[in-house]
Amino acid sequence: MTVQSLAQKIIARAAGRASVQVGDIVTCNVDLAMFHDSSGPRRLKPMLEELGAELWDKNKVVLVMDHYVPAQDEGSRKIVQIARDWARDQDLPHVYDSQGICHVVVPQHGHIQPGMFCVGGDSHSPTGGALGAYMFGIGSTEMLGVVVTGQIWLRVPQTIAMHWSGQLSAGVCAKDMMLSMIARFGMNGANYEAVEFTGSAVRALSLPERMTLCNMSAELGAQTGLVAPDKITRAWLKAHPGPQTSSSPIHLPAIEDSELPPHADLHSDPGSIDVQHEFDANGLSPQLAAPHSPAHGVPLADHANTKIDVAYIGACTGAKLQDMQFAAQVLKGHQVARGVQLLLAPASLRDQALAERDGTLQILLDAGAQVLPSACGACAGYGSSFGDGQTVISSTARNFKGRMGPASTQVFLASAYTVAASALKGCIADPREVLA
Amino acid sequence: MTQDSSPLPVTQHKIWHLPADVDTDALAPGAYMQHGIDVIAQHCLENLLPQFASAVKPGDVLVAGPNFGIGSSREQAAAVLVHLGVAAVIAPSYGGLFFRNAFNLGLLLLTCREIDLLQNKEQTIVYLRGQLVYLSPESVETNQPLVCAPVPDFLLAMVQAGGLLPHLKQQRALAAVTAHA
Repeated sequence: MTVQSLAQKIIARAAGRASVQVGDIVTCNVDLAMFHDSSGPRRLKPMLEELGAELWDKNKVVLVMDHYVPAQDEGSRKIVQIARDWARDQDLPHVYDSQGICHVVVPQHGHIQPGMFCVGGDSHSPTGGALGAYMFGIGSTEMLGVVVTGQIWLRVPQTIAMHWSGQLSAGVCAKDMMLSMIARFGMNGANYEAVEFTGSAVRALSLPERMTLCNMSAELGAQTGLVAPDKITRAWLKAHPGPQTSSSPIHLPAIEDSELPPHADLHSDPGSIDVQHEFDANGLSPQLAAPHSPAHGVPLADHANTKIDVAYIGACTGAKLQDMQFAAQVLKGHQVARGVQLLLAPASLRDQALAERDGTLQILLDAGAQVLPSACGACAGYGSSFGDGQTVISSTARNFKGRMGPASTQVFLASAYTVAASALKGCIADPREVLA
Repeated sequence: MTQDSSPLPVTQHKIWHLPADVDTDALAPGAYMQHGIDVIAQHCLENLLPQFASAVKPGDVLVAGPNFGIGSSREQAAAVLVHLGVAAVIAPSYGGLFFRNAFNLGLLLLTCREIDLLQNKEQTIVYLRGQLVYLSPESVETNQPLVCAPVPDFLLAMVQAGGLLPHLKQQRALAAVTAHA
């Protein structure tokens, strides 16, 4: 038996093979296809009609309205309406309308299981890899191919291990790990291979923090990012069961558990990793990406006097419950600096409710946070964005020129800890100085 | 694979030079994403080359630096180029998602390691024969194409069909005929 990486094992099962080799071009059966209001119905519906085709398996489809909600103008209202009408006409069993961002809502509702082979109509779809699934983003036309045939082609990627030894310090989190990797390798550094996050510092991360790593595999240019499932994964899955309602039990969208490989097999065999990079978590400090690229890593101290107008805690990669808790640790008992706007767009309604229950939200409100709808919001750059010439520090994924506002908007990326500390000081600040 | 002996015609193309790391948001700006492709196309690369969308002509070719199309899954980033009539993009590397999207929409991407030869600003014209890139009429005659990564046959077939949607149509029509036979 040839040695196989975690990515290869999942691909091999989906392709109906015993094993696959790097570079093989294979056709895989898709266990789950996720799309949202922007990439989904408004694009798929006309193409399906043109083809005269039907969805291959509605149970394996999940639709999330998150990009154009709440609708801010006539154009977005239409797009959301198309999604709602189509979901109703198709009688889709798995629809999450204005519940939060797809990459967080879908796993939180138990749709993604270790070992599954999934696609998403969004570049941050590798988030599902945090659960030990192979999940990657595709465009709408390719999604059409998937929802018609249930299959997709793939070139079996290399596995690049990002091995993090040691332990993160207080005030440093998964977002800092990710920004440091992106700064080191660049936005296409992973060359569309599979990235697997390994080592003691990764094993110590909560499932949502692992999501932050896998999510921003997109900014490394990887096809996907993976973390092998372990007891943290199993505990999280138990706490987030699949979709069931009391009136009408709905089957899990993808596959029966028994069809998936046992979790114990879901790891990379010794010798199966093609490239391994070493990192020391002990030495990692809070990271900062300067305008206009996530790869534009700069020492935080270089911007200690950079005044900010807006501190934005948002997005699938920066506003989950734990991110809100990070911010609350920094802001507890404090007020944000005069003239600074602290905006919070929770990643999901579920996370928002949990933050309300454990007091996190109140701390942030007391500090002066303004709560925005739980949706992609300014991160997607599809409408609501920042002002001309404003300087923003944001826990989101991308700071491309013109994405989150006019070309003159200066967006820095950092962890929720660092965004909160900067809100407090009024200029870019190291959270460790506040937490100390 | 297309060989030099193939009967494919040689075509001549005007070049647009682009830098490294051109992202999807530059190709298809988010603010216009709620509109149709005709509107988004008018804003293609407006932050980088303001004159591009109005001046580009059908058949033109983009020659870009590494990592062309990094970023979002939005296939509009490739669709605008198809809409504007861009014949092909030549770059040393692409965002992986953009690469798939381009072929799915019928846009030929050529991965060329000898990009330095093309990025010489004096170079204003390029010659294509299928997936082979030539710098000059002389290089066509002596058959000295630039070194490009070969495009897998099935992707080339998809581009020639005009993308995945026409390709699926062909397949379904074929399946229907077979079912009746």
